[in-house]
Amino acid sequence: MVETPRRKRTFRRPSVIPGFGISFGYTLTCLGLIVLLPLAGLVAKASGLGLSGIWGVATDPRVASALRISFGVSALAALVASVFGFLVAWVLTRYRFPGRKLVDAAVDLPFALPTAVAGIALASLYAPDGLVGAPLARLGIQAAYTPVGIFIAMVFIGLPFAVRTVQPLIAEIDKEIEEASATLGATRIVTLTKVVLPPLIPAVLTGFALAFARGVGEYGSIIFIAGNLPYVSEIAPLLIVIKLSEFDYGGAAAIATIMLGISFLTLLAINLIQTWSRRRFGYV
Amino acid sequence: MSEIFSPAYVPSAKPDSVASEGAATRAVLIGIAVAFLALFLVLPLIAVFTQALSHGLAAFLDAFREPDVWSAIRLTLTVAAIAVPFNVVFGLAASWAIAKFEFPGKSLLITLIDLPFSVSPVVSGLIYVLLFGSQGLFGGFLLDHGIEVLFALPGIVLATVFVTFPFVARELIPLMQEQGTAEEEAALTLGASGLHAFRTVTLPNIRWGLLYSVLLCNARAMGEFGAVSVVSGHIRGLTNTIPLHVEILYNEYNFVAAFAVASLLAALALITLVLKSVLEWRFSGELAGGRAH
Repeated sequence: MVETPRRKRTFRRPSVIPGFGISFGYTLTCLGLIVLLPLAGLVAKASGLGLSGIWGVATDPRVASALRISFGVSALAALVASVFGFLVAWVLTRYRFPGRKLVDAAVDLPFALPTAVAGIALASLYAPDGLVGAPLARLGIQAAYTPVGIFIAMVFIGLPFAVRTVQPLIAEIDKEIEEASATLGATRIVTLTKVVLPPLIPAVLTGFALAFARGVGEYGSIIFIAGNLPYVSEIAPLLIVIKLSEFDYGGAAAIATIMLGISFLTLLAINLIQTWSRRRFGYV
Repeated sequence: MSEIFSPAYVPSAKPDSVASEGAATRAVLIGIAVAFLALFLVLPLIAVFTQALSHGLAAFLDAFREPDVWSAIRLTLTVAAIAVPFNVVFGLAASWAIAKFEFPGKSLLITLIDLPFSVSPVVSGLIYVLLFGSQGLFGGFLLDHGIEVLFALPGIVLATVFVTFPFVARELIPLMQEQGTAEEEAALTLGASGLHAFRTVTLPNIRWGLLYSVLLCNARAMGEFGAVSVVSGHIRGLTNTIPLHVEILYNEYNFVAAFAVASLLAALALITLVLKSVLEWRFSGELAGGRAH
């Protein structure tokens, strides 16, 4: 690149390609009107309550229990999704077996299947007389209409995030490192835990955070299977809907703000993990 | 020399035995992964179709005799027909501005475009209720002028646009960044107008990525439930999209009809997955990040 002589300071670096003004302006206008203004409206509404007002809503027993269920069950589901997601990603990238491509395509099913459809399907499967629910009931586990049902729906919705964040990194692993480890006398287990796994941990954590954030906000696939009993199996997004139907806009905005705040912290954590991993391993 | 190429020397007989697990371990791990996916992902999909047909084909078809189903289908198609093109235009504009130019604050802009993905669907609906609802910021103005946004088509479209906002942009931005600006610069130097260069150089380069993102955007637009549920008002035959109609039928214990209508959306999901996989297998080099599987 030849340094262009400096004429005056411009916002963007000079270029012969046209259309910056119109495309940039249009982007900002759409972003502002559709995303930023409505979100600002939410924050304005919530700040109208003041910090003590939001705290009051958050500590209301029913709200607190819904938040606890949403975040607690989602963390557990994201953990399970991460473990099995890692296994699935490993099997799909490392092993060759018939039907592998089909299995790989099936991983994206929760992205493609509308949440309400997934919700009623899961509810019918895990109901006490359902295909999976009946054997579980004989074991004394009631899945549908309890937090277990919420957990199942959240694993369903979070799994593709766990698989798809780890998969490209497993594909990039240099096999020579593993061979070197093996020739130096390490057993396969030692190679996996000491050589292969450590650089993958940031990706696994990112997948966990994405699945967790998705589970916390999820609505459609959960409400049918959850049973929605206050204090037992009522999730925070449903409570927002309930507050809205009672025209308690302030309460709904307060719960939404609390959820947004925690989601924002999760996003921040993802970014920190990625920055850390870039510094530590040289890639995301 | 020749014996080096005899079968006994072909190294691929056991290509990576030291860098892989034993055959038995492999079989067990494949078994666990496939069983887990079958139980958690595939079984629900099959359940939709078996439940829809549980009382025979006639009962399945009866579900589509109701006019409310057709008005839901019409509404869903209308919403997607507005929201998807809008996001295509936005995605093209955003990726053009972000990928082809250098300016400060770019990564912040990308983060803001991605924001709707990290907002709960219910909150995505709520923010429009707070703006346009009767106690909302613009509620009074809209009421005075007789403009319906909430519990009507505009609200449903807005909520759908919000939840699908990042789809096209986040696929096209990395794709255009990978491709750089050299080809467009060449076209412009040879005398093409900006629009001409965009049409004949940029668009053909990104066509598969664009199609890929439109596919995913459309699937989400037609299937969105939470956000639309909050702004729609659930007026039967008027503001019910297909997913909302499924909910109503299910809550009325009309399970066969609910699953029959849901099978429409499940079929859409299957078609989306098939087309998406075909694009990934055939054109992985022309999608963002060279998505190879």
